[in-house]
Amino acid sequence: MTATDAPTSGQIAPDTPPRHDPAAMPALSVGGVSHSYGPRRALIDINFSVAPASFTALLGLNGAGKSTLFSLVTRLFGIQTGRISIFGHDIGLAPGEALRLLGVVFQPRTLDLDLSVTQNLLYHAALHGIARREARLRSGEVLARIGLADRAGSKVRDLSGGQMRRLEIARALLHHPRLLLLDEATVGLDVKARADILSHVRQLVTEQGIGVLWATHLFDEIKPSDDLVVLHQGRVLAHGEVARVIADAGADDVNSAFMRLTGAAADTGSPAP
Amino acid sequence: MSSTTVRQDQNGFSLAEYATCLNGIVWREALRFLHQRERFVSALVRPLVWLFIFAAGFRQVLGISIIPPYETYILYEVYIAPGLMAMIQLFNGMQSSLSMVYDREMGNMRTLLVSPLPRWYLLFCKLLAGTAVSLLQVYAFLLIAWFWDIAPPPIGYLTVLPALILSGLMLGALGMLISSGIKQLENFAGVMNFVIFPMFFASSALYPLWRVQEGSPLLYYVCLFNPFTHVVELIRFALYGQTNWISLAVVGGCTAAFMIGAIYAYDPSRGLIRRGPAGGET
Repeated sequence: MTATDAPTSGQIAPDTPPRHDPAAMPALSVGGVSHSYGPRRALIDINFSVAPASFTALLGLNGAGKSTLFSLVTRLFGIQTGRISIFGHDIGLAPGEALRLLGVVFQPRTLDLDLSVTQNLLYHAALHGIARREARLRSGEVLARIGLADRAGSKVRDLSGGQMRRLEIARALLHHPRLLLLDEATVGLDVKARADILSHVRQLVTEQGIGVLWATHLFDEIKPSDDLVVLHQGRVLAHGEVARVIADAGADDVNSAFMRLTGAAADTGSPAP
Repeated sequence: MSSTTVRQDQNGFSLAEYATCLNGIVWREALRFLHQRERFVSALVRPLVWLFIFAAGFRQVLGISIIPPYETYILYEVYIAPGLMAMIQLFNGMQSSLSMVYDREMGNMRTLLVSPLPRWYLLFCKLLAGTAVSLLQVYAFLLIAWFWDIAPPPIGYLTVLPALILSGLMLGALGMLISSGIKQLENFAGVMNFVIFPMFFASSALYPLWRVQEGSPLLYYVCLFNPFTHVVELIRFALYGQTNWISLAVVGGCTAAFMIGAIYAYDPSRGLIRRGPAGGET
């Protein structure tokens, strides 16, 4: 992803729902998005895109606006200003088409604790219109892939935190999305569970060509080959390949680059160049 | 499923996909209901307490004259049975509303709302699922009441079904509308005080309207304009194979209005837009 890839609001025609080749489209395109809660501005003119089959880290401290951005991309909130599209489908104009291609793991747990692992998956499948027989097949497949096949009949309440997160990822993949959003998916997990989940998600990118937007505030989850969007106080301070962001900030690593960028923002009150 | 062989709507979803979604939501609601047996028991105990204790005590105090749809003098227990059936649905509607607020606070609601199917349809499925659960409760109540010699004509068990479906939808939609305006679970106690109790007591559930009019003309008008009165009367007439057209129109109109209101309130560009993200998120 480069700065020139980032769309402007003008690039997404508002009156013509796109019918393009999905492979040629960015997996996610965010153009000129702003959002306020009353007088408080949570997001200010956000522009970036996520390429298919890429891992993009959305880095920001708590309060940066990551969850608000996720709520807009998933259409939990209406878009006040700007445009968001998923593989060319505008989330406001063609939400059904856009949401079909999207899998999402929210920051809070969204599993039904009183239902079994399989029942949670079947419910999700039904919400995507996947017939019961096909849903059972897919559930078996994803559970085997994430190593939870032996817990298929267990109540979710009885799973560990790491297992619940893996199950949420499996659930998000059940309808074969092309873009996966994960909002602080490793929060509260131990080191091994974090590493396992991160590795699994990276595999999805390389093996299945899924575009991933990984929101985090943990520097050690970001690799030099990733794409990076730095979000701070509702603004995008930098975006591009990690190595380039580090170089542009005149820093040695992501950590110090982030500190420089956010420090610069605090000094000037505006995004770093 | 090939797109060339299956009819799809303008959003690109086939009828089978809509049916699968409905089936899934009703199935989940049924599972939750089965997991919460206490909810089923308490939903039954409440009207039975009214029937066995309250009605037995008031039988001698409150005389019921012959009013439609009854063709003879009836016991007070017989009179309040439709009101208690409506009460079951009222509590069930508010219980569904409570569970929606809970789901929203816990995050489960997001699973539903990020489905690609149209949001109005998802909410309608949720409503149908809640109504199906309320029907089970009402028929269980009718079975117990039958042993208490409160038995409508046999055909009444069938003719009351459409009335129960409509009233279940109306009260469920009301609950959904209310849930959209409640920001925290703790605020739900207010629903008991300001919705359930006034709706139930200011209606024809416990006493006929002509008796209310004798006591207080003002309360009579309050009862007359209370949609719950019309839910009770719709069920009462349907239980005897008759249709109260005014009540049918009021309940039908209120169902549509509450449903439109709920869909409007849950529209992302309107209702949810005013809320910030859940606690701890930004």
